Amino acid sequence: MDLASKAGADSRANLPFVYRQYSAEQLKQVLHKMYLIRRFEEGAEECYTRGLIHGTMHLSIGQEASAMGICMPLAEDDQITSTHRGHGHCIAKGAEVKRMFAEFFGKTTGYCKGRGGSMHIADVAKGNLGANGIVAGGIPIAVGAGLSSKMMKTGKVVVSFFGDGANNEGAFHEALNMAAIWKLPVIFVCENNGYGMSTSTARSTAVKNIAERAAAYSMPGVIVNGNIFSEVAEASHQAVARARAGEGPTLIESKTYRHRGHSKSDRNRYRTKEEIEDWMSNRDPITLFEGEMREFGLIDDKGIQAIRDAVAQEIADGIEFAKTSPSPDIENIQDFVYTEQA
Amino acid sequence: MDAVVRELSYAQAIQEAMATAMEMDERVFLMGEDIGVYGGAFQVTGDLVERFGTERVIDTPISELGGAGVAVGAAVTGMRPIFEFQFSDFATLAMEQIVNQAAKMRFMLGGEVSVPVVMRFPAGSGTGAAAQHSQSLEAWLGHVPGLKVIQPATPHDAKGMLLAAIADPDPVMIFEHKLLYKMKGPVPEGYYTVPIGKAEIRREGRDLTIVATSIMVHKALEAAAALEAEGIDVEVIDLRTIRPMDKQTIIESVKKTSRLLCVYEAVKTLGIGAEVSAMIAESDAFDYLDAPIVRLGGAETPIPYNPELEKATVPQVPGIIAAARDLVKGVR
Ligand SMILES: Cc1ncc(C[n+]2csc(CCOP(=O)(O)OP(=O)(O)O)c2C)c(N)n1
Ligand SMILES: [Mg+2]
Repeated sequence: MDLASKAGADSRANLPFVYRQYSAEQLKQVLHKMYLIRRFEEGAEECYTRGLIHGTMHLSIGQEASAMGICMPLAEDDQITSTHRGHGHCIAKGAEVKRMFAEFFGKTTGYCKGRGGSMHIADVAKGNLGANGIVAGGIPIAVGAGLSSKMMKTGKVVVSFFGDGANNEGAFHEALNMAAIWKLPVIFVCENNGYGMSTSTARSTAVKNIAERAAAYSMPGVIVNGNIFSEVAEASHQAVARARAGEGPTLIESKTYRHRGHSKSDRNRYRTKEEIEDWMSNRDPITLFEGEMREFGLIDDKGIQAIRDAVAQEIADGIEFAKTSPSPDIENIQDFVYTEQA
Repeated sequence: MDAVVRELSYAQAIQEAMATAMEMDERVFLMGEDIGVYGGAFQVTGDLVERFGTERVIDTPISELGGAGVAVGAAVTGMRPIFEFQFSDFATLAMEQIVNQAAKMRFMLGGEVSVPVVMRFPAGSGTGAAAQHSQSLEAWLGHVPGLKVIQPATPHDAKGMLLAAIADPDPVMIFEHKLLYKMKGPVPEGYYTVPIGKAEIRREGRDLTIVATSIMVHKALEAAAALEAEGIDVEVIDLRTIRPMDKQTIIESVKKTSRLLCVYEAVKTLGIGAEVSAMIAESDAFDYLDAPIVRLGGAETPIPYNPELEKATVPQVPGIIAAARDLVKGVR
């Protein structure tokens, strides 16, 4: 146990999972990172609106607790595959925002050297095997990474993040089946934000809860409130333990919501203002976590302000770093198509 | 009486073709991801769901392989589905149904069935959407006997060729360059078709033939206008259909100009340029050539995100001008 003191542990005995499992310092770090995700995406959005960057982007604002909760029990060399809505996963798995901004700006200092942009940002060194422009594209890759872990006996656990829309792709079903028959150390994390672009799960998906699909592949299917950090982290903790013990995969359905439109071109005609308002004002994951931290005496106003200030500085520095970084040379257009060989 | 002609965008022209066909024929319906209330990722279906209802404008789950297969199955059994891929890149997920089923079903069953399905593919780069949302895969499908593959370059042709595709008894794949969607041009009201398999000479000239596809037709025309000032007279052919290819129009043109430049956005090698060049090399137009054939195509790389790199990956007007000038001046 990582708790600062035995006394602290006793007084928290009846609190939710993360408050028993992690120290106040660790939990402050979590809040810091949740803010970092939120402000990173707000910063990216603003840069886009001001015409500083092109392309499109998919913001995960409102889903921060899900990314953080899932990644909380992972070790640095555990791996993830991410999605088009992947900035949160990227930061939760340890990426630096300055190199993420640099990627947004298409610079050589970006994680993908300016080749990938928003949809592909990933810090491979931190175990992120890639965000993905193809819905469900990362799911079989995670199973492959799980197979490597088993064959190479590395003990690594692999998390595959995907959305509710992805569970209707064949790749999802094929991948879950293989992970189950080979008992691979993979955790399938469906971040169910209610919609695949404009199509609600009610209209796209034959089961009410995506976790029910786990039964078809003989693995546990767990539903958590994806906006409550502790719930997500607890489910992830258990799935990681199961994977490390060689017992096989788990499917976690993390129910959450995206505050923003699907991408930059969304007019939100498929959902109501009231619905969006409700999630923003009553179920915001950062507000909820901050409230708990306060209630349990782990942080005060000053502490929260300090985190917000530090994050604001990190974001400003990150954007500056991105702006002043060099662009790739056109003559290097062939770089990275194939592996450079001596 | 001649039809009224208005200015419509390419996207509006496609939408009008679908609406026209749906009004004329109960069997025509639309399937695709987010084509209903969202109006399609590029607003091509727009508000058609309000006009025709959710029974005929069907939002599918994110299931390209299954969705394409459902469209094939409906086509074989009497319906006239138009299946929209959200991006042409996602054809890769549906290759099985397109290549193994749609293209071959009639053949394998000895001509007992037809597969009158239309599949629409928003294609191409230039939107900053990076490697998995910017590809030009039309030649992949052009390689498959049993499919017809078209690439209209203007709003007029987009409507007329889509209507021809819907009327066609065989599977037709239509590649629509995303940067063309907002381009405006004259489009007649009502029903008309533009034939599949027929190229169009967009500009007549004596010195050089440019065979271009899709958005490259417009870039070639821009280049041709600039070259006119230098006294170079360029003929621009809009290929329009890549399978079956209109060989005759190209052969006649090359016999006239004696020089051939192919311009297309897809990766240069093993593509449309190779086909057009080889076709000329095999034809009697070969004897008329005064210079080697030149291809300008996409770089041998996935499409990068960085905007400058992205532009450099596909042919641009200055490059076309330079290549055409070199060809005519005998530099090559
Ligand atoms: C194979 C494939 N089909 C369609 C798309 C277009 N697309 C991108 S994201 C998206 C919605 C995905 O929904 P979901 O999996 O629920 O993730 P969310 O966007 O809600 O995070 C769609 C349809 C794609 N990128 N890849
Ligand atoms: Mg979703």
